[in-house]
Amino acid sequence: MEFKDYYTTMGVARDASADDIKRSYRKLSRKFHPDVSKEKNAEARFKEIGEAYEVLKDPEKRAAYDQLGANWKAGQDFRPPPGWNAGAEHAGRGFEREFGGDAGDFAGRSDFFETLFRQGFASAGGPGGGQAGGSRASFNATGEDRHAKIQIDLEDSYSGATRTLKLRVPEMSEQGHVVPREHQITFTIPKGIRAGQHIRLAGQGAPGIGEGGAGDLYLDVEFNTHALYRVDKHDVYMDLPIAPWEAALGADVEAPTPTGRVEVTVPSGSAAGRKLRLKGRGLPGSTPGDFYFVLQVVVPAADTDSAKSFYEGMVKHFSSFTPRAKLGGQP
Amino acid sequence: MTPDKQFARITGFILEEQTELSLADVCRACAAQADRIVELVDEGVLAPAGGTPNHWVFTGIHLHRARVALRLQDHLGVNLAGAALALELLDELRELRGRLDALEAGR
Repeated sequence: MEFKDYYTTMGVARDASADDIKRSYRKLSRKFHPDVSKEKNAEARFKEIGEAYEVLKDPEKRAAYDQLGANWKAGQDFRPPPGWNAGAEHAGRGFEREFGGDAGDFAGRSDFFETLFRQGFASAGGPGGGQAGGSRASFNATGEDRHAKIQIDLEDSYSGATRTLKLRVPEMSEQGHVVPREHQITFTIPKGIRAGQHIRLAGQGAPGIGEGGAGDLYLDVEFNTHALYRVDKHDVYMDLPIAPWEAALGADVEAPTPTGRVEVTVPSGSAAGRKLRLKGRGLPGSTPGDFYFVLQVVVPAADTDSAKSFYEGMVKHFSSFTPRAKLGGQP
Repeated sequence: MTPDKQFARITGFILEEQTELSLADVCRACAAQADRIVELVDEGVLAPAGGTPNHWVFTGIHLHRARVALRLQDHLGVNLAGAALALELLDELRELRGRLDALEAGR
């Protein structure tokens, strides 16, 4: 397993005081809290910070961690030293943390932490359930909700889609160990879902304890970047390239949309940036969004003598045309 | 988990568009005691329809706000008023970011 450098994670020196550690934790947890932060990997960082603080704030755990020595590097392959027993006194507490129904979102712990500080719990369970079985019978709690991010294509929102997701779920083995298990679920993506919304899959979170039901799984939806379309809330935009004469004279042009190809009428006298709306052809929903073509005038290259002379003819023909009139100054 | 359940197709719902959630539904989804949700309503963080707690009707948006408010309190140690303020500022930030994105896309 990988060594975790809790001091680096917390951004403090190895001899930092408890106050320094607390201050740094407060600051970093505000910065990386997934509900507030726009940082990439905010959730992973928040978990790391929480784990580091759980060890460094507790004098016993911190002393045990310090015993490992200062020469370890983050990510280095690590095995606990023989006779390691720092976690023994915490027997049983891991159970509540892993399966408890409190607001324990974003609280997953690394293998490194589990091995160093939760061993006592695993051995206390023992073959046949023992202690863990006892607490299971007397304790009811709803399973923890889980959160994951999901990237979908814009087309999935237009048509609805089916997706399969693999989740790593911690589970109690018969020996009372917490073991990760891969769990596969197939679910429907609701039509009209927008980026930033959440898909709720009821009962797909962590299992409950005793009479408590399973938690829910919440999927935070993001769209993959699309080569053609941009999305703003429930409206969808696409740049539509047209020739200068199509802009000036008007034209019927064929263009793709997420719901199929359409023929669109470019009105005469259109300028670049003009938006042509297809009402109700944005993302579906009770109030469907609109689809917009944004006109882009593209100009043929003057790469032959005849093309050049044609453009030179335009210079003469449009001698009074002042494209930068609005900018003021010399034409 | 039974094997059947693993391969069954689960219908996803858009959290933000769910309606008609009771106080008990919200408590369950937030894994919180009712008094903490009542506090959020008293503070004006959530504005359910219906007169008394037994008749309150919440939406998915309320649920999401409740979860964020509870997490901010539990994780960052802010009090109820602080969480309410943070939520309002986050709303404003989201709206401004949306407008900024729209302006940049239209450039």
